[in-house]
Amino acid sequence: MRGWEWLTESRYTLLFVVRVFIKAIVLFIAANLIFAIVDPIPLIGQISIYNLFVPGRERLPYGESSAAYNLSLNSLEAMFSSHTVSRKKADNEFRVLVMGDSSVWGVLLDNLDTLTGKLNAASLDIRGKQAEFYNLGHPIMSATKDLMLMDYGMRYQPDLIMWLVTLESLPYPKQIEAPLVQNNAARVQPLIERYQLQLDVNDARFVQRDFWGRTLVGQRRALADWWRLQLYGINWAATGIDQLYKDYEPRSNDLDTDISWQGFTEANELKENTLATDIIKAGTQVVGDIPLIIVNEPIFVADGVNSDLRYNFWYPKWAYDRYRAIMQELAAQNGWHYIDLWDAISPSEFTDSPVHLTPQGSAQLGTLLGDIVSEWAATPN
Amino acid sequence: MELIHIGVFTVFGLLYLLVLPARWRTWALFIGSILAIYWLQPTLNIRWLDYSLPTATLAISVLGWLITQQPQEGGAKLAREDWVALGVMTALVLSLTLTRYITIPVELTSRPPETWQVALCLLGLVSVIFALRRRPIRTRVITVGLFFLVCLFIVLKTDGLSRWLSSILRTQTGQDVALASSIDIQWLGFSYVAFRLIHMLRDRQNGLLPNLRLREYLTYVIFFPAYAAGPIDRVERFSEDYRHVGMLDGNRANFIALGFTRITIGLFKKFVVADSLAFFSLSAMTFGQAQSTGAVWVMLYSYALRLYFDFSGYSDIAIGIGILFGIQLPENFDRPYLKNNITAFWQSWHMTLSNWVRFYVYSPLSRALLKRKNKPHPNVIILICTVSTMLVIGLWHGVTLPFALWGLWHSIGLFVHKLWSDRTRKWYRELKQHPRLLQLWQVTGVLLTFHFVLLGWVWFALPDIEATVRAFGMLMGAVR
Repeated sequence: MRGWEWLTESRYTLLFVVRVFIKAIVLFIAANLIFAIVDPIPLIGQISIYNLFVPGRERLPYGESSAAYNLSLNSLEAMFSSHTVSRKKADNEFRVLVMGDSSVWGVLLDNLDTLTGKLNAASLDIRGKQAEFYNLGHPIMSATKDLMLMDYGMRYQPDLIMWLVTLESLPYPKQIEAPLVQNNAARVQPLIERYQLQLDVNDARFVQRDFWGRTLVGQRRALADWWRLQLYGINWAATGIDQLYKDYEPRSNDLDTDISWQGFTEANELKENTLATDIIKAGTQVVGDIPLIIVNEPIFVADGVNSDLRYNFWYPKWAYDRYRAIMQELAAQNGWHYIDLWDAISPSEFTDSPVHLTPQGSAQLGTLLGDIVSEWAATPN
Repeated sequence: MELIHIGVFTVFGLLYLLVLPARWRTWALFIGSILAIYWLQPTLNIRWLDYSLPTATLAISVLGWLITQQPQEGGAKLAREDWVALGVMTALVLSLTLTRYITIPVELTSRPPETWQVALCLLGLVSVIFALRRRPIRTRVITVGLFFLVCLFIVLKTDGLSRWLSSILRTQTGQDVALASSIDIQWLGFSYVAFRLIHMLRDRQNGLLPNLRLREYLTYVIFFPAYAAGPIDRVERFSEDYRHVGMLDGNRANFIALGFTRITIGLFKKFVVADSLAFFSLSAMTFGQAQSTGAVWVMLYSYALRLYFDFSGYSDIAIGIGILFGIQLPENFDRPYLKNNITAFWQSWHMTLSNWVRFYVYSPLSRALLKRKNKPHPNVIILICTVSTMLVIGLWHGVTLPFALWGLWHSIGLFVHKLWSDRTRKWYRELKQHPRLLQLWQVTGVLLTFHFVLLGWVWFALPDIEATVRAFGMLMGAVR
């Protein structure tokens, strides 16, 4: 065989073939054992072509569409390594991390139109430094997920953190529902213990990898996700696409008569401790000395059928009003820098959900928050 | 072939070499190949078609065998062995229809017709065999066979015609005609089967075809490792290995070592390298999203490398599996992107296809032109033959204008290179006195050839002329 002389010119015996097979099996077992003992997935996650050969992503990887060159994965190392936030911080940079849900991440919005896109476009100067806003939103409604990302994000030397919250992120049953949270038990469980959160540290939904789950074979999914994220980096660099912008069904303006919310039906049932406000408190501690601005994010306020009962299809009026009151009280008690922007954006600027904004809505919110940050920066410590 | 197919074929290859008695090996190849072509055929939207297409392959092949039989007194004679082979084939084809009624662990075919319907069709085939077996086969019948294969090929490779065929089949099966599409008739392996059959029909016309029994003939045509995507073996070479599969025992270790190595290398090339490159290869979608000239270049390089690793990896797997079964399929690639001229590229890229068209298009055409009374200028003959050959290769991939233009692109390259090498032969000989310059010249040649081929892939990767023109514009720096 032409080109295959190195292989064809030798004479092999069955014993040789058996020896090769045995060695291959031994090597395979050894590689799996080493993998299970060392657990190199976090280390591998830090290896990234982003910010090195291709530009970093402007929002965290999320999605399930190969046409959008994006994917959901569970490795925080890989997610953050692909993000612009892992770039070296410049001397004159004032780094602001913006945490939150899908509204911050920017569902249906181009990167330039997201909240951080708009804030960066404003080129704010904060205390003599150029403000750089980093979108660390992730499209899952869970304050615990935000807390975990914030805790991880602290290693990127933020100068300020803005955390956009809404009531839908605060029900306890939702806190550990997200695969990202379940698959990062080793990060979430210490947070639950350290801040004594009202969550079960032994919740069965937490994914605990046994020995086999830590082997090369057991971690093949994590490895494949990491590899796919790197490959998508080239598509990201070539196309700038990280989300499919398809037609959507606009949020409904006409609403149901049902006024229950997450099993609650009356305002007096909703208390500080029936909502996951302890996680927000934990957030204020996680940041340490770094300033934190907590923002109650704008929601769509309907004016159609049953709008006297509900603000939108997520929130009955009584529940949302009660939530706002609780947040105000807590902010006052704990000295949080808390801003309530619940009705700051015109209803026409919401797209497919009560919190997703149009580019114009995003620009309006960006201007508002830019002013708030500038005002905060101008206030002496 | 998917990973499951490769895995199963590899395991069967080992059993074949280590366990199966030598005398059963040719039967194992025959029966295995028949079952494999049903298993490999993808599921199709038209009822019964994923069963009917492999069955049609077998029927066409049997008829092909019949009309390529050596002329004998009293017509083609079927030996006892041929009747046994025909009986085994019929039994297998009929048995597969029973999967309608019983569930077997491996789904070899998804939706066969009823057994009696297939039995009737097979009866028709056997009647044709009976009718033909006592009549002398005329060259005209072979010509009709060739014409039929070429027509069928054109129908399958032309979008409009295959859609038309799909609508006819949908009418027959009572399915929605409005949904008719060319992908309804995804006849796996037909391109390769047709080329093997044409090769044998033409060789029979030229008196070059060796005498083959039905089992050997059918095994050659549908040999499962090479069924879906080649390589296109020559029958006389295949037969040599086939007739020796009973004598592999002293050499089994070599077959296992070689087979496994080729399969492993092929798996890596295809499923790791090519599939990774596929993420950002040039396609209608990625091109539509590209934001810059650099991005389109990256996509095009990736496409070129992906195509090579995918196809050569597949060939490695096919060759490796073939080796496990004692058949050494011909090589299909020989580092084509490292060749320093376009002629050498075509001698090392999809070599079995290039050789096929050289045998059955280029050579007969050039001979015919040379025999004319008013012979054209030799360069005109070369141009006509090169363009025809490359057009056949282009259109073999699909009867579309971009594929034709791709063929034309390469024929121009080949023709220009021919003229160039004729004129610079003496200079090139002198260049050999200066090794450094020669090396530089060769490196330049490699880069030029690679980029010529690379730009040619634009025709191949994009579906229409408008997109290709825009792509060339962007590659040259024009703004979208």
